[in-house]
Formats: sequence, structure tokens, C-alpha cells
Amino acid sequence: MSNIREAFADGKAFIPFITCGDPDLETTAKVVRAAAENGADLIELGIPFSDPTAEGPVIQGANIRALAGGVTTDKVFELVKELRKDVKIPFVFMTYANVVFSYDAERFMARCCECGVDGIILPDLPFEEKEEFSAVAKQYGVDLISLIAPTSDNRIAMIAKEAEGFIYIVSSLGVTGVRSEINTNIGDIVKVIRENTNVPCAVGFGISKPEQAKAMAAISDGAIVGSAIIKILEKYGKDAAPYVGEYVKEMKNAVISE
Amino acid sequence: MSQSKGRFGVHGGQYIPETLMNAVIELEQAYDHYKNDPEFNRELTELLNNYAGRPSLLYRADKLTRELGGAKIYLKREDLNHTGSHKINNVLGQALLAKKMGKTRLIAETGAGQHGVATATAAALLDMECVVFMGEEDTKRQALNVYRMKLLGADVIPVKSGTATLKDAVSEAMREWTSRIADTHYCLGSVMGPHPFPTIVRDFQAVISREARAQILEAEGRLPDAVIACVGGGSNAIGSFYHFIPDEGVRLIGCEAAGRGIDTFETAATVNTGRIGIFHGMKSYFCQDKYGQIAPVYSISAGLDYPGVGPEHANLHDMGRAEYVPITDDEAVNAFEYLSRTEGIIPAIESAHAVAYAMKLAPTMDKDKIIIVTVSGRGDKDCAAIARYRGEDIYE
Repeated sequence: MSNIREAFADGKAFIPFITCGDPDLETTAKVVRAAAENGADLIELGIPFSDPTAEGPVIQGANIRALAGGVTTDKVFELVKELRKDVKIPFVFMTYANVVFSYDAERFMARCCECGVDGIILPDLPFEEKEEFSAVAKQYGVDLISLIAPTSDNRIAMIAKEAEGFIYIVSSLGVTGVRSEINTNIGDIVKVIRENTNVPCAVGFGISKPEQAKAMAAISDGAIVGSAIIKILEKYGKDAAPYVGEYVKEMKNAVISE
Repeated sequence: MSQSKGRFGVHGGQYIPETLMNAVIELEQAYDHYKNDPEFNRELTELLNNYAGRPSLLYRADKLTRELGGAKIYLKREDLNHTGSHKINNVLGQALLAKKMGKTRLIAETGAGQHGVATATAAALLDMECVVFMGEEDTKRQALNVYRMKLLGADVIPVKSGTATLKDAVSEAMREWTSRIADTHYCLGSVMGPHPFPTIVRDFQAVISREARAQILEAEGRLPDAVIACVGGGSNAIGSFYHFIPDEGVRLIGCEAAGRGIDTFETAATVNTGRIGIFHGMKSYFCQDKYGQIAPVYSISAGLDYPGVGPEHANLHDMGRAEYVPITDDEAVNAFEYLSRTEGIIPAIESAHAVAYAMKLAPTMDKDKIIIVTVSGRGDKDCAAIARYRGEDIYE
């Protein structure tokens, strides 16, 4: 069982997303530790990209702040290596194909392996293009996470069959960001996934409130939250860690409550 | 087994969110059907000929030829098309295709505003809703085109993110498409983005070289020695090159916007200064730093101010079939003024990049040689900006 599967082993998972280097890497380290201490089962670490086309304004802002602060892929690897000394839960990178391609995919995966990164999410790498990265990812034991969208329909089975780590179910059309309601019939998507794989699946995009996280985790294996956490960072900046910790605790409790 | 589609050598592909995959597959299937459908082709030809004014002239520029004192120069006059540029060729094709697919709404990105104007025009004609994304910086540089789009019934959304130019307009249009797919077609304006766009746009723009090849054979009884066109994403250039690609004796020359020079950071000359990467749905050459962060590019021309280039151009470069040369702001502005004075033709500042290279190349060639330069658009939209460049403030 990979580390990622362990995150789902004892029930519903809560997965926070944090953009590395927003507003600086010291703060990211504190926020990651606070999230882990307060019940996060897996943490998605964003490596900033100049033009994040799958992101809404909130996470776009985090990317801009991080890059303006001088964060690079190498500095993110150093951060993870340092965090790995005491943080045991799985880490999954979330970035864009060009960040990995430019670093050289093999060198990137080797660094992931060395620093203790368990998986990677590339929102601009669909099923048809994944082989370019998946072969080398596998070689270094890094799970390439598949995404399934509300528009995936006849593609769900194909994607699920080859999925590794966990499946990221995109809850809604459009880009990342807080939504007041989620209209997609996630249950139907999960049903097709279950028919094709036993890889766990978690729902992300638009979740901010405990009741949303609870509802999404109830019909899947977990809930992913990004923009709502970035908003806390936006508000409190370098002092955000305890506030993120508090939020993670509340969300984790909602996710596991019956 | 996964299978990547739409490759030009190593370039191209479909690097887009899963949310859009069924949309591009549906588009590919519809295009593969309609491109061979006689009724679709009859309707498109009707629109191109009787609405857009095709075929466009291949004009023998005698005075320009005489003054430069070398190769004989012909101008392919895409500036004479309805809406004032080559962009209408692609837009009429895509809008008609979208309509056949049952879409009721077109979205588009625009840099200089020419593609936005063309899309707004087709939407008005075909009774479709239209939303155009335009970098806020470009809405200032090309205020006249913003007004034209609004006049045609389109909503123009100024994009404030990033460098607030063409690149950001593309990103925002892609974001919009992921949020509303069912009734919306993304009418991409250049030979870029995910498959099948580079192929669809190239096919619709190939009318330029199909006509030019027949016209030059008619006029001269032989093929040209060189074809020159400007390259941003590269739609007018691929259209100008396409039917000449098998003709090995014809040099194909793409003119990139060098801005203040390719040895500065203020440039948009992608093939000359970029590296291979993955962005906006495709693998191709991009201006970027060593970590793959897309570089803020610069050119006086809003239409060429883009950090990437279409994947088919990247491959033509790799194969050595086409050459890509840098032209600075200064050279382009000089050519803008020079063509206006010598031939009474005011070219778009984008097209002036191609004219500028012809001004360098023609004098080095014998008088029995022939060059075709594509004038991709007309320059009315640029007059205020060029006046400003020369230190003069005019009111439009």
C-alpha cells in the first residue's frame, strides 16, 4: 500500500491545499505543520506557476504572491525535505505540466522520491497525455493522480482503471474557488469509479464549509479544500498557521462525523 | 494505453484540464465530419466570397519593387478582407462549425482586437452570443477595436491578470470555457492551443496560400522564391505557407516580434529566444525562465505580443523547412510608414513586421526573383499608437 492509500485507511480523509511560498516558505512550513497536527490526512502542496489556467482568482493570487517572493521549484523541494523530518502524512504536489517538464520529468520525480513526495497532480495533463510523465513517475514511486470532471461521462471508467494513489473528483465546472452549492451528481460518478477500481476518491473544487465537506466525504472517500485555506492565508499572512490549524480541525471533524 | 493526438513532430498535443476533454473530442469529431461535407463547404465558400470578399488580391507592388531595387514583390492583401484582416477566414469557418454543432455562444481571446472584431462580426451575422476576452493593457492600446466589438454586439471583458495582454486573454478564455461548455464554442484565433485547434485554424487559413499559389502561377507562370509573413501564434503565416510547404524551392520566412531586441527581455520572439515547453494546451516553443515560468513578453504589436508559437511552426523550424527571423519595434514602425508612403497601403503593425523583412531581403536578391509578402491586416487601428511612438498625440 502506498503512503497515499494509508491516508484513506481509517475512514474519510480531509485534504487541505496550500500554495508553497504564499506569502513565504517559513509560513508554509508552519501552516503545513499546523494542518498535520490538526487532523489533515494528506496535504496538497502547490508549486506556483506563472499562469495557472485551472485556478480561480484566489489561488491565482497565491501563485503571484509566491513567485513575487522568489519561490522556485528547487526551494520547494528543500522545504519538503525539511518538513519530512517531522511530518509523516503523505504529501502530493499540485502544479502544471510545464513546471515538471522544464525541470526534466525524470529529475523532478527523482527529487520527489528523495524528498518524500508521494504523488503529483497536474491539472493540465489529461489521460491522453499522461504517459509522458507516468512511466518515469512510476519508476520513482510517485503516484500520478488522475482527475475526473463533471463532463467526463464515458471517460470515467477508462481513467479509473489506470488511476493510482487517489482519484481527484472535480466537483463542478470551471476553475477552483469557493462555491455556495455543488450541483454535480457526485454519487453517480463515484458509482462508476467503484465499478472500475478500489483506488480511493476525494472531491475538490468549491468546498469551503463543514457541511459541504461532510456531504462530499459521505459519498466519496474525502474532501479537498484549497481556496478557503488560501483566503485564510490572504487574511492573516505570516500569522496564518493557528487559524489554518483551527479550520482544518473543524473540517476534519465534519468529515468524520456520522 | 493512452494516445496523444494532434502532434507536429514532438509538438502539439492536448494539455488541458479533464473538464475540457470531451469538448475538444466533440469538436474534433464534428470537424472531421463537416470538413468533407459538401453543404458545409458550399456555405463557407459563400460566406468567404460574398461576405468577406475573397479571393483577396495578389497585388504586384511595382513601386516598392523599384525603390528596393531587387526581387519583384507581390503583396497578398488580407487587409482587404471584411473586418480588415485574415482573422475572418478562420472565424467564419469556426462559427459555422459551432452553429452546426448546436452551439449558441462564441467566446474568443484577442490581442490587437482583430480576432475579437472578426468573431463579434460572425456572431452578429449568425445570430450568436459573443464574449471577447482582451488584456486590459491591449484594450488601451487598441481602444478603437474595443468600440467596434461593442458596436457589433459583443461583450468585451478586460483581463487584468498577469501581464494583461494576449497570453492572459487566452488563459481567461480557457477558464471561461471550462465553466460553460454546453452552449459555448471557444473560437480560438490562432494555430495554437490543444488539438484540434492548430489543425482547424490552419485549414481555414490555408485559403491564403491556396489562392496565392494559383495567383502567382497565373501572373508569373512560376512559384515564388520566398513567402514572408508575420508570426505571433502564427495563423496568417501558416495560412500563407501551407500550400507551399511541398514546394522545396520556396523559402518560407516567419517574422517574429523582437520588441526592443532579442538580446533584451523586452521581446516576443519565441522561436529565436524561447525553449520547448507545455502551455495553453500545447507543447511548443515558449519564452520562459529555467523553472518553466512563462516570461512576460513585449512587442509594440498587441497581436504578436505572445510568449508562444503554434506547434506546426515549431515543427517547421525543427525540420528546417521554415525560417523565423526577429524584427524589432523600430524596424516594424519604419516599414509601417514606408509601405504607406510608397504604395499607399497602411499595413497593420503586425503585418509591418513581414514588410520590414522584405525590405531587408529584396535588395539582396536578383530582379528576376519573386517574393510574396502577406499583408495580414490593415493599419487603421494602429495609427494612434504609431503616432504616440513618434511622439505625437492624436485624438481618434
